Amino acid sequence: MVVADQETITDSGSSDDEFALRVEDLQVYYGTPRGTVKAVDGVSFNLRQGERFALVGESGSGKSTLAMAIMRLTREPGHIAGGHIYLNGRDVVEMREREIRDIRLREMALVPQGAMNSLNPVMRVGDQIIDGILDHVPSGESAPNKARLNERVHELLERVGLDPAVSRLHPHELSGGMKQRVAMAIAISLDPNIIVADEPTSALDVVVQRQIMQTLGRLQEGLEAAVLLVGHDMGLVAQFADTIGVMYAGKLVEVGSVPDVFKDPRHPYTKLLIESLPSFDISRKFIGIPGMQPALLNLPPGCSFNPRCPSVHDRCYREVPEYLSIAGNRGVACHLYEEEAIP
Amino acid sequence: MLGTLLVFTVIGLLGYAQLDAHTNDPSQHSRLDAFVSGGAPVGDKRLPPSWCTWCEDIAELDADKKPTLFQYPMGTDTQSRDLFATNLRGIPLTLGTGLIAGLLSVGLGTVTAFIAAYYRGLPDVLIRLLTDVGISIPGLLVLIIIRIQLGTELVWWQLGAGLAAVGWVFSSRTVRAQVLVLREQPYVEIARQSGMSGLAIIFREMMPNLIPYITASFVGSVAGAILASIGLEALGLGDFSSPSLGMTVYWVIQFGAITLGMWWWWLFPLIFIVIIFVSLFLISAGLDEWSNPRLRRQV
Amino acid sequence: MANTTTRRVNPALTAKPNPVVAFVGAFFGNFIVRRFLLFLLTVWVAATVIFVLPRLTGQDPVKEKLLLEAQRGGSVQAGMNEMAQEYSARLGLDLPLHQQYVNYLYDLSRLDFGYSIAYFPRTVNDIIVDSIIWSFGLMTVTLALAFLIGTGAGALLGWSRSPGWLSYAFMPFLTLSAIPQYMLGLVMMFVFAIMLNLLPFFGAYSPGNLPEWSLSFILDMLRHAILPALSILLSAVGFWAIGMRGMMVNTQGEDFMVQADAKGLNGVRIFVRYAVRNALLPQVTGLAISFGTLLTGAVLVEVLFQYPGLGNTLFYAIRVSDFFQITGIVMTIIISLAFATMLIDMIYPLIDPRVKYTQN
Ligand SMILES: Nc1ncnc2c1ncn2[C@@H]1O[C@H](COP(=O)(O)OP(=O)(O)O)[C@@H](O)[C@H]1O
Ligand SMILES: [Mg+2]
Repeated sequence: MVVADQETITDSGSSDDEFALRVEDLQVYYGTPRGTVKAVDGVSFNLRQGERFALVGESGSGKSTLAMAIMRLTREPGHIAGGHIYLNGRDVVEMREREIRDIRLREMALVPQGAMNSLNPVMRVGDQIIDGILDHVPSGESAPNKARLNERVHELLERVGLDPAVSRLHPHELSGGMKQRVAMAIAISLDPNIIVADEPTSALDVVVQRQIMQTLGRLQEGLEAAVLLVGHDMGLVAQFADTIGVMYAGKLVEVGSVPDVFKDPRHPYTKLLIESLPSFDISRKFIGIPGMQPALLNLPPGCSFNPRCPSVHDRCYREVPEYLSIAGNRGVACHLYEEEAIP
Repeated sequence: MLGTLLVFTVIGLLGYAQLDAHTNDPSQHSRLDAFVSGGAPVGDKRLPPSWCTWCEDIAELDADKKPTLFQYPMGTDTQSRDLFATNLRGIPLTLGTGLIAGLLSVGLGTVTAFIAAYYRGLPDVLIRLLTDVGISIPGLLVLIIIRIQLGTELVWWQLGAGLAAVGWVFSSRTVRAQVLVLREQPYVEIARQSGMSGLAIIFREMMPNLIPYITASFVGSVAGAILASIGLEALGLGDFSSPSLGMTVYWVIQFGAITLGMWWWWLFPLIFIVIIFVSLFLISAGLDEWSNPRLRRQV
Repeated sequence: MANTTTRRVNPALTAKPNPVVAFVGAFFGNFIVRRFLLFLLTVWVAATVIFVLPRLTGQDPVKEKLLLEAQRGGSVQAGMNEMAQEYSARLGLDLPLHQQYVNYLYDLSRLDFGYSIAYFPRTVNDIIVDSIIWSFGLMTVTLALAFLIGTGAGALLGWSRSPGWLSYAFMPFLTLSAIPQYMLGLVMMFVFAIMLNLLPFFGAYSPGNLPEWSLSFILDMLRHAILPALSILLSAVGFWAIGMRGMMVNTQGEDFMVQADAKGLNGVRIFVRYAVRNALLPQVTGLAISFGTLLTGAVLVEVLFQYPGLGNTLFYAIRVSDFFQITGIVMTIIISLAFATMLIDMIYPLIDPRVKYTQN
């Protein structure tokens, strides 16, 4: 993971881009009757080819909004208010509807939250895998024949650890874990190089959660794809990811490699998050983080974390901390670390 | 939507004011036969309908008159009835039938829905079976048979009650479906475990969330009942001494008002009926949005 | 899949070795069997209500009417006397109630509604057979068209990517759905038949023409059917469109619609195979529920246009208090309706894989 650098990239057409995904100063707002909710407010980060990036943060901090914006799936009343999302060098924000449709599944795929209701209840599993493939046949080429498609469906199902016979079933005949595997089979059907997984294990029981994460890891290795994993369970996420990004109230407050961040968290919020984890030491109890996440509609002036921050000082009430690159390929948005900043 | 409600209320009030002014006079029922037999002249004089006390003076003179602004704003019919008065008296009668039917339907439907959802087991099975059966039997047809075999005319509120007797199954079904959803809600579960009584749960916890559905069901029942009552009356099964909108439609068909070119005879009741139904329709569309916010995004 | 799992047996019953019990369990657990029983129950309840309620009054207007007709004399007098006697013997108040009831149900089970009072030597069944063809033709065509057009329009109206003008263009139709069919008929009769004199305003074919298989007759028949058909159609189209629009809006909020977009599917495929296909399901359930209301409305349209179907025949039977004919027609409509509803319910599991023919 390399922290976003302002000057680096403007030639968005370059094909030998080392980054699969570059998010620059992204803003996603929801227009609500009570005002504008800045669910993602100036987020920047990069994802190398084959990197596993985990995005964590409390519920409501804007993780799903960010994930959906990357897929360009932001729905009313939300809209991308600014920034860029370069996918393999091309800006997703600027793409026309036709282009974005073509890129989905082929270059980036979504493993949805829970997957409980994300399959069409009236279609057989196999057909739901096939239709994505069929709609991405390049113009001019003829569609693969039925036997080829079935072969491909069977192969995909086996790769996610399902019996090929599952292709003849309807979603309601599957368990939650099986549905999630089907969703993964769909996601890898065209060998994308980015997989966005939004809390893929929520609503599943703990044993199944682990299995699903293992499968996702195996698939990632096979494809050498970059994965953006959204999750609120730090423990589960830490076992999977290389890099971790912590979100708070619509902003990315800390980014770093998983060992670094766990060993030496910088942002006070990250520190609290890690302290609150139940550890192997039984005597240490889960303490949680004091206070509540502020409503995004009326954030406190200055740093959004100031009401809950143990190291709060005057400046925190006046100035919004900038996101700074610090040593060890890390970044943090907190006034405490300004002297460590790498220009 | 508010505007519609207003129009609706104004029609009702106007009609009721008119009703007070011309109450029915039962002593004149002997003349009913003349009217029912198609207005055949008795002697050489056409007689006004029995209930139309204010028609008497004009009986000979003013049949088939076109609307004139001051004398007969909506014209007169072949029986010399002042159609302005007829329509204004008819609207509250028709609305009244609908309201009675709606209130009784929703009352019966809600109570049965709660019985079914509360006791579960056998009562639930029986009530569900009854509604399933009731929904596939067209109530209007059953009413036709009953009305024919009874041999007596039904006045407006009796008609309303009859319509409720066949229409409550729809309310029961709607409300029951919603009660079943609510019953599983965590807060209802908590209330139950904290020892709240069944009635308290129903009225304090569930009712507030059911109100949109019950209201929608009420509006639907009223519309359905008015539709059916006009149908029943148009078939000749109404109260012949009543000036309700449905009876006017019946006379229009009986006398061939359309082929006679007497447009005022059918146009005005038609307009009122359309206003009633469109108002109810708009109200229920508004209610839909209330209980289903997703619809709001649409035009 | 639905059809192949039909024979799945309730596990509680298979545990017992008794094959008869297992068979009985499977038989009544079977959706089709249960649905058929519901059909029988529906007809039975309707018949019973019709039988019981009037008798609660202790009067027997049927007998009175028969005697009255017999007194009038004329050519049918002898027949009427006979009918009055037979009626008293089988269904009249002279018999104990349960005996009447058994006789009544027995006649009904053979679909025997007896003689018409008004057209005495003819049986009620004769008259029904003559008129049911017209009703069936008019209703099936118009109701099917209304369902298809309305559902299609509703699908487009509820689709978030439809152009905005569509909902304005369709506004009149939505409003028409609020107006009773026979009111619409009244207006159309006036406009197209009386004012513009374009179309005939009553009957199913021109008087003097006899039904035959010739082109001119068929054209004449179609011309007569236009106005009644249009009255039913215009009113019903909006009804289906509103229902479908609501379902489309709900469906688009589902997770699988987001996922369909995430898969980068073609817009047409998302519309047809994901949105419409799912929104259609409640619409079909609605078809079964709304049949009765739509049909009774259509009955009145027949009366208005003097279309020689069941509705119009019923109207005349009511005017002359032909009790047997009225009961016959009403029961015929109720049975046909219950039958149609049953068919829809039986077809439903074919289009919704979540509903099985077996219990639970
Ligand atoms: N459709 C919406 N309309 C208005 N606000 C929304 C909508 N969806 C999400 N939000 C707001 O955006 C913020 C971030 O939501 P989300 O991205 O779902 O968070 P997370 O996935 O981290 O739990 C929340 O505060 C939420 O209130
Ligand atoms: Mg989320």
